[in-house]
Amino acid sequence: MEKMPKWADVLLTPLISLVLAMAISALVILAIGESPVEALTTMIDGALGSSYGWGFTLYYATNFIFTGLAVMVAYHASLFNIGGEGQAAMGGLGVALVLLSVPLPHWALALPAGMAGAALFGAAWALIPAWLQAKRGSHIVITTIMFNFIAAAALNYILVNLMRPVGSMDPASARFPEATHLPKLSDMALAFGIEWGKNTPVNISFFVAIAACLLVWLLIWRSRLGFEIRAFGKSEPAALYAGINPVRITVIAMLISGGLAGMMAINNVMGEAERLVLNAVEGAGFIGIAVALMGRNHPLGVFLAALLFGFLYQGGGELALWTSIPRELIIVIQALVILFTGALDNMVRMPLERMFLAIRKRGA
Amino acid sequence: MASDMQTGGRLATAAPAAIELRGISKSFGPVQANRDIHLRVERGTIHGIIGENGAGKSTLMSILYGFYKPDSGEVLVNGRPLTITDSQTAIRAGIGMVFQHFKLVQNFTVLENIILGAEEGRLLRPSLSKARGVLKRLAQEYELNVDPDTRIEDLSVGHQQRVEILKALYRQADILILDEPTGVLTPAEADHLFRILEGLRAEGKTIILITHKLREIMEITDTVSVMRRGEMVASVRTGETSPEELAELMVGRKVLLNVQKAPARPAQPVLEIRNLRMVDDAGVERLRGIDLDIRAGEILGIAGVSGNGQTQLLEILGGYPPKGSTVSGEVRVNGGPLPLAGAACNAAERRRQGLGHIPEDRQAEGLIMDFAAWENVAFGYHDAPEYGRGPLMDRDAIRRDAEGKIARFDVRPPSCDLAARDFSGGNQQKIVVAREIERNPDLLLIGQPTRGVDIGAIEFIHKRIVELRDAGKAILLVSVELDEIMSLSDRIAVMFDGRIMGERLPNEATTGDLGLLMAGVDPATAPPDTMPPAHEHVEDLPREA
Repeated sequence: MEKMPKWADVLLTPLISLVLAMAISALVILAIGESPVEALTTMIDGALGSSYGWGFTLYYATNFIFTGLAVMVAYHASLFNIGGEGQAAMGGLGVALVLLSVPLPHWALALPAGMAGAALFGAAWALIPAWLQAKRGSHIVITTIMFNFIAAAALNYILVNLMRPVGSMDPASARFPEATHLPKLSDMALAFGIEWGKNTPVNISFFVAIAACLLVWLLIWRSRLGFEIRAFGKSEPAALYAGINPVRITVIAMLISGGLAGMMAINNVMGEAERLVLNAVEGAGFIGIAVALMGRNHPLGVFLAALLFGFLYQGGGELALWTSIPRELIIVIQALVILFTGALDNMVRMPLERMFLAIRKRGA
Repeated sequence: MASDMQTGGRLATAAPAAIELRGISKSFGPVQANRDIHLRVERGTIHGIIGENGAGKSTLMSILYGFYKPDSGEVLVNGRPLTITDSQTAIRAGIGMVFQHFKLVQNFTVLENIILGAEEGRLLRPSLSKARGVLKRLAQEYELNVDPDTRIEDLSVGHQQRVEILKALYRQADILILDEPTGVLTPAEADHLFRILEGLRAEGKTIILITHKLREIMEITDTVSVMRRGEMVASVRTGETSPEELAELMVGRKVLLNVQKAPARPAQPVLEIRNLRMVDDAGVERLRGIDLDIRAGEILGIAGVSGNGQTQLLEILGGYPPKGSTVSGEVRVNGGPLPLAGAACNAAERRRQGLGHIPEDRQAEGLIMDFAAWENVAFGYHDAPEYGRGPLMDRDAIRRDAEGKIARFDVRPPSCDLAARDFSGGNQQKIVVAREIERNPDLLLIGQPTRGVDIGAIEFIHKRIVELRDAGKAILLVSVELDEIMSLSDRIAVMFDGRIMGERLPNEATTGDLGLLMAGVDPATAPPDTMPPAHEHVEDLPREA
């Protein structure tokens, strides 16, 4: 029997966790002598109060959708992929190599090519930890986190020594050809005569991210492969009994996961920077973990949680800009959200379950 | 004080019961696990409590041991009301508990386990030497011999259980509760346990025995209480009842305790196993040359104490040999070789070759506990074309199929959407049995088909297995329940230490004969003086290296 209604499970619990996290954040803000109310209005104004704010919020959310989906898919196979950071970085390299080496006449061609490059490189970066896990039992948490550092170091070398245009002082690749630049949402709105989100980086990748949510949902809950991934994730002995090959599922799940993380590069590298720069991922790989946790490992939840974290990211930037609250505080707030929605989930869930049981008993 | 005087007054009229429960109720959310339970256990008796799974036996005993707090009702120990808030209170009141799953520290010695939680002072040595003395005395008094310096991990299950009993006695338990104590024992070990319990009773100790085995209740208890759906439906003197009556009380209707089946008509061989060997990842030979044949239309039962290679045999035949093991030998199904290693050795391929498999552990292997019933009906057959073409699954087709299976196998509640974990053990097993039997396999592997399954469902599952046999299919049945093996099988093979010790026909086999084979002794060849006394344990016998 369900302990509480589904809506309470998927909506109420994270919402209460969020309120708790915000309450404690408010105390922290009070403690440093600022006004929590002012901080909240600044964040909401800056992230959601204008189409400009929305443009940035959605741009960040796009990143987080991809990395959140990546964590989610691996999670369903009971694999904790915390290598999204490195896989997304490698995805950026894939995008850059494709766009700089193949002359593509139009963004409509460049987008699928860039997606392929990003997914391929991201997946390849996840393949080695997956293989080590499946064949040698090396724990994927350890290997993926180590691969983050290897990716960062490798990109550093590649950008400084191999991809940097001659004469440039900047550890970055050359700019991608003009024809491959992705349309911004502001341009697309303008085509319909609407002025929206001028000078914001959100681009067509946002729609790719939404499509990815749908495809991942189809994969996990409607396909045979998803059935096998979920079954394997719940019980490896049962998977063996059912003839599901653990090596195959581990590798495939991680390839999909790494591919999704890598796809983030079409947003930040291809859509925004339009060249490969150092440290382009900016922690989005790690935020993906929080997004997947808070989104209860469901694509819809991931989408909503990514929006929330996009808001926190953009709002946090505004906070640093307009108040004397340091930007670091936003990391504290994010950490509190992660703490409450992830680690302390049961703290909220169990009293809620008891409450719903009591209500039901009275009703019966 | 007034209350004391009252108690004293009652004492004068009749000896107080060791345990008396008055109106105990306990519910978990909407589930009423215990409803207004009254129970009286006289001092110096063995009292049995029987009931199907989920009848509320374990909840009741957990209340007695302080794990749960009753919603209402009263517990009296030796005539005095007692509020048992935790296990420490229970222990101080002289209650000891031997759990079904032992609570021992595997890499501690017997002695260390015994004083664990009962250490006196900061230094261990005085406690240890005191315990050693007490242990020696207990061993003499009650036939409870265990070497105090052996580590738990090196002890057989039967010996581990003795340590649990010793632990309780060391804490001066007067009332001993045993939860399904014989589930893991050979018949000989069970006999020994019963002798220990009889010795304890003779010393005036009170014993509560929780079990679902009617034979044990009849054999050893003085009085017996029957629980059904959270209620105590009867408390009777064992001498004045019969197994049939108890079974009927447990289930609430008449139950056929013996399987009704026509003689088998074996046809062509379906499974042929020749010299099957398996060495596990630690280099230990777990199967030492198994030869077996099963024909179409017969049930071959494999008896044996668990841990003698039955699990490995099932896993190898099922297509998933234990990790890191090396398998050799030859296995044929319907004349075609069964791959024992490599990519072709997997459970999906086995199913295509006409094998079905009801695994020993339905919760760890046979089902995904978080999946809905309909998903579990497809589990293992999720590649089948009738469940959808292409990469997507046809949920409607699977649900239709699941609904049919659930109806035909009387799974309760008849809900497709309920997660497997929300069904009772018996109904979980019915889902697995329905899935495997309705695929109509040529060879069905069955491990512990009725472990933790209530009597009503056992009867049903046995009937379906016999029906499959009568449809001309071959069945390999592994069970540690000797009664089950004896009543279902057409032939019985006994496994010990990775070998088939011998084969018997069920009508000529006796429990004693099979018990010896299960302990590794072939009564036909062993001269009488090498036969171990019945209470000796398997592990005590000399083994080949």
